[in-house]
Amino acid sequence: MDPLINKRIKQVLKGDQSAYADIVSLYQQSLHQVCYRMLGNKEEAEDAAQEAFIKAYIHLHTYDQKRKFSTWLYRIATNLCIDRIRKKKPDYYLDAEVPGTEGLDMYSQLAVDELLPEEELERMELQERIQYEISRLPDKYRAVIILKYIEELPLQEISDILDIPLGTVKTRVHRGREALRKQLGDL
Amino acid sequence: MKQCPEHVVEYMHEYLDGDISQQHEKELRTHLKSCDTCKEHMNELTNVVAFIKSAAAISVPAGFTTNVMHRIPMKPRALKGVQRFLRRHPMLVAAVVFLILMSATLFSSFNNSQQFSVTKAPGLIVEGETVTVPVGETIKSDLVVENGNLVVEGNVEGDVTVVNGKYMASTANVTGNVEEINESFEWLWYSIKNGVKKLFSTAD
Ligand SMILES: [Zn+2]
Repeated sequence: MDPLINKRIKQVLKGDQSAYADIVSLYQQSLHQVCYRMLGNKEEAEDAAQEAFIKAYIHLHTYDQKRKFSTWLYRIATNLCIDRIRKKKPDYYLDAEVPGTEGLDMYSQLAVDELLPEEELERMELQERIQYEISRLPDKYRAVIILKYIEELPLQEISDILDIPLGTVKTRVHRGREALRKQLGDL
Repeated sequence: MKQCPEHVVEYMHEYLDGDISQQHEKELRTHLKSCDTCKEHMNELTNVVAFIKSAAAISVPAGFTTNVMHRIPMKPRALKGVQRFLRRHPMLVAAVVFLILMSATLFSSFNNSQQFSVTKAPGLIVEGETVTVPVGETIKSDLVVENGNLVVEGNVEGDVTVVNGKYMASTANVTGNVEEINESFEWLWYSIKNGVKKLFSTAD
């Protein structure tokens, strides 16, 4: 429990809106990162992360102060991203045939099984390639892999964030790793 | 590869999760020493982890916090919940208040009005507590029968409502809605609907 955060939350609940800015500053990096990795698009990630903070603000009175605040925030953000991914899915297929040369943003448009030609993969920079491979993961695995390896959260916390049993988290991490292994082949 | 025990891959993942037992770890190590396929598998998994972990931190767009603060709804907490609700839904609140006031009188009126009554309209035949619209007759208005039955053999150009009674029709021709109300709350609902309709039509 972070005493500063709890103090700020109490201030916000009492009507001091400006106290929320400290909360946003403290968690913006993590939340934005998760949204970016989930959605694979900078504009969308910014919008989603903002929306997550606004949602958290509106529902702040429902937050249980005995639990970890970051867990609660991560949950709002991941749910929001998964929602957006699912809503977007049909469009994926519509946009899939557009030849992509506009960099990162296009990977989020790809259908899950859509593959880029080998030579294009090789031209890709490491950071680009990482996001590309993450975007190819089914959203179930994507969330756990991001939380585990990019946010470096313990499995138990991931289980709390996604509200799924620890065993399920483990299974998804395993399958996520195997999926990435197959995607990467002999990189 | 065929002779590899299936649990070896499972142990690999336990190892990567850092929650492998000593026994499993020993078994895994022994197997990897003697099996190139599994050793390769393990290497690939280790590389996958290293690959994902090498993702660089993404910098937050400039002005992020300010933008969030701008998008935040104005002081929602400053208003108490009830006040906020009243401000956001004035029409709904008006309707609810209206209904509460009405219902108090409605329940009592339902219980008190056990007597038979019927909308007056020329051409109706009333026998005891049964009202009949005879064959060939056309009633050009809404018809409400309370605590009695209605038999329609002719035509009704309007809505038909039977409260605490039975609606019977064989060759009936009713242009409006037919409604049977036999419960206190249904009667209330009926009155509310009509009340609301009136409320909104007078408001217009
Ligand atoms: Zn083996």
